[in-house]
Amino acid sequence: MLNLEYMWDLLPVLLSYLPLTLEMATIAMLFALVLACLLAVIRVSRVPLLNGLSLLFISFFRGTPLLVQLFLFYYGLPQLVEALVSINGVTAAVLGLTLHFSAYMAESIRAAIVGIDRSQTEAALSIGMTQSQLMRRIILPQATRVATPTLMNYFIDMIKATSLAFTLGVTELMGATQKEASSSFLYLEAFLLVAIIYWVVVELLSWGQRRLEVYLNKAYQR
Amino acid sequence: MISLEAVTKRFGKQNVFSDIDLQLERGEIIVIIGPSGTGKSTLLRCINFLERPESGRITVGDLRVDAQHATRADILKLRRRTAFVFQNYGLFANKTALQNISEGMIVVDKMPKEKAHARAREILKRIGLADKSDAYPAALSGGQQQRIGIGRAMAANADVILFDEPTSSLDPQWVEEVLNLMKQLAAEQQTMIIVTHEMQFARDVADRVVFMDEGQIIEQAPPDELFTAPKDPRTQRFLRKILAPTGQTVP
Repeated sequence: MLNLEYMWDLLPVLLSYLPLTLEMATIAMLFALVLACLLAVIRVSRVPLLNGLSLLFISFFRGTPLLVQLFLFYYGLPQLVEALVSINGVTAAVLGLTLHFSAYMAESIRAAIVGIDRSQTEAALSIGMTQSQLMRRIILPQATRVATPTLMNYFIDMIKATSLAFTLGVTELMGATQKEASSSFLYLEAFLLVAIIYWVVVELLSWGQRRLEVYLNKAYQR
Repeated sequence: MISLEAVTKRFGKQNVFSDIDLQLERGEIIVIIGPSGTGKSTLLRCINFLERPESGRITVGDLRVDAQHATRADILKLRRRTAFVFQNYGLFANKTALQNISEGMIVVDKMPKEKAHARAREILKRIGLADKSDAYPAALSGGQQQRIGIGRAMAANADVILFDEPTSSLDPQWVEEVLNLMKQLAAEQQTMIIVTHEMQFARDVADRVVFMDEGQIIEQAPPDELFTAPKDPRTQRFLRKILAPTGQTVP
């Protein structure tokens, strides 16, 4: 039935592409986090003009498929901007993932900020803290804890979404599998194996997530 | 030393109060009483601009702030001279007891961390919670949390501490320890303005009791006078209603 020997031989080949996949996801996640925090703070503080722009940004990147966005950046934009002709697939994928996921993450971070009870804000202001001190020292650390499970979910989603980069010609985990499968014709074995690799990576992350949550919850034990 | 002149606050078109005047001296303790919804808490919150008054002047020591022209810097200065104790404590949930008390000293007063922590430890000792310095608010009882709220206000080294119904959301068993701490502060001549429904406490501690009703100061007098011989019919009616269940009588 299954050609196990082939799968065993394929495993190290595919694993050698895992670092690129993780690298793309990690870099995109870091950029997305920064951007999402910015968007969330703009939304919460209702910064004039920027608030409207943030809404438009979030609306667009949540309202269109990731694949469409990736194609727009990789195939579409170079038509408009000369300098982007040489944009490579990895950069385009990281850019697309960053913008797409930051839109989602901004909304969860905003919800986490709004969820922190108002009395702490008033207490911080009453002792003479400025808005930015309040944000940095009181609100964001607590919002981080509330938003962490959701943000980790987005990270998991992002790892899986890097597989779309193969449509931009990037030979990452999925792209490599596709190539191997079409030369061996053992599609079931190849794609089953890559599915297992993604699955194990996600499971490891979920384990890490639980540990992280225990750590972040230490201030809230009764 | 602290004075409010013609302070007016509106919510939308609704006047909460207008032209409120109130003066107090250093070391004086004022208790504000009155029916719910008469603007007592709002008045207190206006003193440090948690609510921005529409007009009026607030003076604390040599700092004079005109509500109509108050800049952000004025408001920060005013807040550094006043400290606030909240009904719901408002402790920072991500900080330990010690950090809750030292936070303002570090961030606002720019005190070195070591010094701020040493000072916070002294305060913890004074409020009887030296053993709880590393506990987070979630692990503390309501009474302990409120005492830390008071400790945080003490740390601000403010000219006046404003108490907004500090015992109203406490379980009955925790009320006394909080009131005792406030009495201790009173004995140390800490200037305070206290909004409360604890009449016995008002009697014991206040230098002056202020009765507010429908956005106005109706009457103010030392507690002996106000509780035993209230002049205004509205004060009499309020005291009769609130003291009846306790068995005390009002002439």
